[in-house]
Amino acid sequence: MFDYYANPARFMKLSGVLLPWVSGLTVILFAVGLYWGLFIAPADYQQGETVRIMFIHVPAAWMATFVYGYIAFASAVSLIFKHPLADVAAKSAAPIGAAFAFLALMTGMIWGKPMWGAWWVWDARLTSVLVLFLLYMGYMALWQMIEEPIQAGRAAAILGLVGAINIPIIKFSVDWWNTLHQPASIVKGGGPAIHSSILVPLLIMIGAYMVLFTALILAAMRAEILRRRVRNMRLAQAEGGYHG
Amino acid sequence: MNSFWAILRRDIRLAMRQGGGGGMAVGFFLIVVSILPLGVGPDLNLLARIAPGLLWVALLLSVLLSLDRIFHADYEDGTLDLLATGPLSLTLVVIAKMLAHWITTGLPLVIAAPVLGVLLNLDTQAFLPLMLTMLAGTPALNFLGAIGAALTLGVRRGGLLISLLVLPLYVPVLIFGVGAVNAVLVGPSPFGSPFMILLAITLVSAVISPIAAAAAIRLNLD
Repeated sequence: MFDYYANPARFMKLSGVLLPWVSGLTVILFAVGLYWGLFIAPADYQQGETVRIMFIHVPAAWMATFVYGYIAFASAVSLIFKHPLADVAAKSAAPIGAAFAFLALMTGMIWGKPMWGAWWVWDARLTSVLVLFLLYMGYMALWQMIEEPIQAGRAAAILGLVGAINIPIIKFSVDWWNTLHQPASIVKGGGPAIHSSILVPLLIMIGAYMVLFTALILAAMRAEILRRRVRNMRLAQAEGGYHG
Repeated sequence: MNSFWAILRRDIRLAMRQGGGGGMAVGFFLIVVSILPLGVGPDLNLLARIAPGLLWVALLLSVLLSLDRIFHADYEDGTLDLLATGPLSLTLVVIAKMLAHWITTGLPLVIAAPVLGVLLNLDTQAFLPLMLTMLAGTPALNFLGAIGAALTLGVRRGGLLISLLVLPLYVPVLIFGVGAVNAVLVGPSPFGSPFMILLAITLVSAVISPIAAAAAIRLNLD
């Protein structure tokens, strides 16, 4: 299966069939999850209606981390097995992960304004998502700066793995830094377990984000494969060897 | 092992004689530290309070600017190709070059730090901890930075790209370096615990970085 889809043509065929179904499922899950989260789920007794932004914010933050893990996995596969699709998968995932991180940051800021009275607080979670966002930026910049796709892919894979080793260390250090600097007034969580009336729509939203990521990554990988095909055709044409 | 020391000695000698290595980094360190008070104001109490952070950030930037010296000249004149095909494993070559780079730029920065601390009204009891943390932290900065330098070898004008790649990885070093100095100045945690973590980060990066940097160099030589 793994080797079977090393052939981009087979991947194009399969993804072409899957994409409409995954996209449809995304729309349905988002419709259900958003309606449930924004209208049915009860408002928080302390935070009021603002708590509803959680249904957008939490899955986005979760996905931002997940996508980096996905990139690290694809990077490892690319370096170890030289699987031709692993590079494409890692490259296509980066802008999606960066978008999730950005969404988490923005919704976090909007949430933070009524909660903390400021648009930006150097809260441990916000800060580590910010660093994660910067890691995505660097990763994408490296892809952009090296023109030759194979070489860019190997460089990006090394960077992706180094970043993945560092992310837990960064997370730990930001947590440590935060407890040192901030009084314990803004401790979130640790309260009673989440009630099922909130947990269920939250889980649906996480599912929706996962399916959304699947749809986006399939589409992005297809676009990347086509882009490389066009590049190869142009190169061949420039050499005069391509007639078609 | 002989060739390891030979590369180390060669790089140190080159850095000493060419000029512009360690001296330039210290000069940059001095410039940043003298410009910061012009930005935040001359209030000595404020400066004393933020001095450890300012010194560490300035150190980070100075190390960052010196990074392209580790491999770039050797990449351009073909020395790196020769070293890669030589008998010594490229990983060891990378370690030798990082070590030489640390001795010629990291060490001078650490020695200059307390002098610049005087400019920022840093409490004298923090001088020794500051130097110790920088001594422990600068190798990590060099190691992590070398990965960025190796990855961007083939990129034209890679300087900006290096900072984008490397600075996020510097976050833990910065946090625990400043944390340890502040632990001496204001508490509450003891100096030991952040310092130990800083050492741990240096050791981990010493393991990862030669492998990653050697792989990055090899792909740039193809």
